[in-house]
Amino acid sequence: MATFSLQVNGQASNVTIDDPSTPLLYVLQETYQLNGPKFGCGLGQCGACTVLLDGQPIRSCITPISDAAGHSVTSMEGLRALEGLPNPDELHPVQQAFLLDQAMQCGYCVAGPMLYGYAFVRDNPGASRADIERALSGLLCRCCAHNRMISALQRYAEGNF
Amino acid sequence: MKPKNPFKLKGAEPLSQEQVEALEFLEPSRRNFLKTAGIMMVGFSTAGALATKANAQSPINPSGTIDNTQVDNWIAIGADESITILAGKHELGQGMRTVQLQLAAEELSVPLDRITLVLGITGITPNQGLTVGSLSTLTQFGTAGLRVALDTARDALLTMASQYLDTPVSDLAVTDGVVWSKSNPSARVSYGNLIYGQRFNLKLDPTAVPKDPSTWTVLGQAVGRLDIPAKSKGTFQYVQKVRVPGMLHGKVVRPPTLGAHVQSIDTGVLKGMPGNPQAVQVNDFVGVVADTEWHALNAAAALASVISWSDGDTLPAQADLYTYMTQQPSADSFQTNTGDVDKVMATAAKTLTARYLYPYQMHGALASSCAVADVRGGTGKTATVKVWSATQGVYFMQTTLAVLLGIPASNIQVYFVDGSGCYGHNGADPATFDAALLSQAVGKPVRLQYSRRDEMTAGEHYGHPTVATVKVGLDANGGILAWDYETIKMQRGEGAINVPGNGIPGALAGFPTSPQGVPTATPNNPTAATLSNGSNYIPSYVTSSLNGVNYGTGKVSSHRVLLRVVASPLWTAWLRSPDRLQNTFAHESFMDEIAASLKVDPVAYRLRFLSDQRLINVVNVTAQQALWDPRPSPKPGNARTGVVTGRGFACVLYEGNNGYCAMVAEVSVDQDKGITTVTKVTTSLDSGPVCNPDGIRNQMEGQVIQGISRALVEEVKWRGNIITSGDWASYPVLSFGDPLPQIVTIPINNLKASPTGAGETTITIISAAIANAIFDATGVRVRQVPFTPANFLAAKAAQKV
Repeated sequence: MATFSLQVNGQASNVTIDDPSTPLLYVLQETYQLNGPKFGCGLGQCGACTVLLDGQPIRSCITPISDAAGHSVTSMEGLRALEGLPNPDELHPVQQAFLLDQAMQCGYCVAGPMLYGYAFVRDNPGASRADIERALSGLLCRCCAHNRMISALQRYAEGNF
Repeated sequence: MKPKNPFKLKGAEPLSQEQVEALEFLEPSRRNFLKTAGIMMVGFSTAGALATKANAQSPINPSGTIDNTQVDNWIAIGADESITILAGKHELGQGMRTVQLQLAAEELSVPLDRITLVLGITGITPNQGLTVGSLSTLTQFGTAGLRVALDTARDALLTMASQYLDTPVSDLAVTDGVVWSKSNPSARVSYGNLIYGQRFNLKLDPTAVPKDPSTWTVLGQAVGRLDIPAKSKGTFQYVQKVRVPGMLHGKVVRPPTLGAHVQSIDTGVLKGMPGNPQAVQVNDFVGVVADTEWHALNAAAALASVISWSDGDTLPAQADLYTYMTQQPSADSFQTNTGDVDKVMATAAKTLTARYLYPYQMHGALASSCAVADVRGGTGKTATVKVWSATQGVYFMQTTLAVLLGIPASNIQVYFVDGSGCYGHNGADPATFDAALLSQAVGKPVRLQYSRRDEMTAGEHYGHPTVATVKVGLDANGGILAWDYETIKMQRGEGAINVPGNGIPGALAGFPTSPQGVPTATPNNPTAATLSNGSNYIPSYVTSSLNGVNYGTGKVSSHRVLLRVVASPLWTAWLRSPDRLQNTFAHESFMDEIAASLKVDPVAYRLRFLSDQRLINVVNVTAQQALWDPRPSPKPGNARTGVVTGRGFACVLYEGNNGYCAMVAEVSVDQDKGITTVTKVTTSLDSGPVCNPDGIRNQMEGQVIQGISRALVEEVKWRGNIITSGDWASYPVLSFGDPLPQIVTIPINNLKASPTGAGETTITIISAAIANAIFDATGVRVRQVPFTPANFLAAKAAQKV
């Protein structure tokens, strides 16, 4: 058994687990009961499991819990808390942009495009649509709402939400 | 105003504790609805007598069957004005939850937020078969669906109100669920006070008249999808997140090759592994359960390493697949046959023929499929089952589980819970069967989620590979005298619908699979009862005549369409626009080939042979919107090296009655590297009155991009006897970062027609539109999907372009 301390959506906590190689995704789903990061492929290929580790997007399905220890983890649910916005249960502006553009169909993949897009726009003020599109390279959306998601992120980048 | 009860009150049947527990696994937004809504309040309330009076009563029999002809099995209105709608068409990411709510709000004249919609629970919602085939809108707006139940209920309420307010129905209007007299607006009574939580006790009246679409105020509006707020926040609960008390996690261990049998298993390997893993074996079905998913994964890997399997089936070499298909015995049937094709073809001035090839493709659900099953009591009459599944049909799941588990269907309850977008028979049902087999073996609830490899190589069933051959005879003026089509498709299993062996888990567990490709003495001709174009075997340009009646959309009067089904080595089932896409790829490519051989404009040439005005209209609208330049293909002046551009056209009446669509695809092709990029797609759809303009655009856009992925990239691969397409690297699809086209969608709001489907129409025509655009740009005719660089360059070399 090993105990790891990590901060999840703004809350500091300890997790005790028998196997330090357990993927972070399973801990977030079972211990923290989060629905935002999802199991898509378990191989780091699709992006459905994306969370922010110290603000940067990672694939939680291939990140051992031991690597996340000592860091802050933010899932889709915690975006408002990450920015210290009030009413943490409301939509974050980037989520508001996805809602406005109805930027999904089944929505299972959305953690990837949303969180990669969010971090890219935050780090690259004035990013163009083409820049955003490139920043999402490799992520998958099987319902193929690509254009709408890019539009939503562009809307977010322009503050138009 | 004191409410008057025109009907006799019948006993309430509250939800059982088990149902209430099950509802706890619905996503929070639905749960909150339920807590304030009539029918479900019964279950949440302990005040029985109060609940009896205050809440709507629907005859709930959790394990029984539902009589779809009874209004009460679709709608319940509480004395508190709450409205519960029960429906059998599931949310698959296509927006059906929202459209069904819009329909209910529209026909009943009530606000959207007053309605609770319950989808897909056996014994509670109507049995509407499967949510497939772009048929949900057609069904729900049709003569036996939700719309009729709503209109019957509304008419009954108006009749009651007429008595209550002592004024004729023609004097009544409804606003927000309150019926009022137009001649005396202060005379009014609410639905809740009229029906007062009682049953309607009425049969659906197919003559009940729907609202005229030109008066719609809720339908026809871009109502935002109800599930998108929770999905944006990340709180939405998919079936992958259903957890029940005492639940274990399961994994399957599949044979490395199809048809392999277990020779030996050394389950001792699990001893001492964390999570108390336990092996399960039922014939060749092998799995493992453990306390957590990670422990189950590790145990499954350990178990896989100590199983000895027999060799299994020999697959045809991938490169020889299409030749192999033409050499197999086949079950043949004519889809249409005027009987004169050979005779007419012999009189032709010229004949043309071509063959089109379509590979196995995957649904490739983004989420690895998942289900939770709770089988108690082993097998037999006293055993019980609850499953939570992203199935396309809870009743088929129920009756198939009954056979698979040896438990009466009446003891089995199935709850639909949203999964990821499914696009057909993906892994949702197989995962449910796997979870049920594991749960039955260990006597505890088991959650099973596939690994990506399980999903892609031994979970989902693939779309049909097809070899399609078209031949036409032309007269001296380029008129089409006869159209002759033969298509060979491969099938295996086709999804376990009441036959467990028609799916992978059931077959592994020892259930027989229905044979495919068994030849009949002579192929049957269709009869008036069997003639349909549900799979678009029949091209748009023929009369499809039978006994002197034309059922088709075109003018060519001599035609023959032969379907040959052969046995597939790989498992197959319906994949978005099944066969409709493959057939339309062949027919619409070939129409382009004929026009090119005659050196005429392919749009004008199509119009020459179309008779259906709605199809003609979408062709014209699309061509105009895309600024179509009427001229023959290939495009004059294009070099035969380097990057060139071109445009292609395609159209179809989907399923013969379920949406008219047309498309212009514009491409650029690097002829030296063979790389095709779709740069712009203009596409229109006439599926009757547009129920939700943004929803239909979302569907059309998604189909364009998914269609590009299937046309340019996707093909299931195998080497030797092993399927090698087991992840997103070995089964690539279009991803972010790949070039995306500009998409112009044109939903045609045809208020004169009845609403039909929009979920599979657009994807049906895009492969042909792209192939035709590639020809326009390069002079190279690609007849094999996907249009990869290798396939393009091979076609270019073979055609000496």
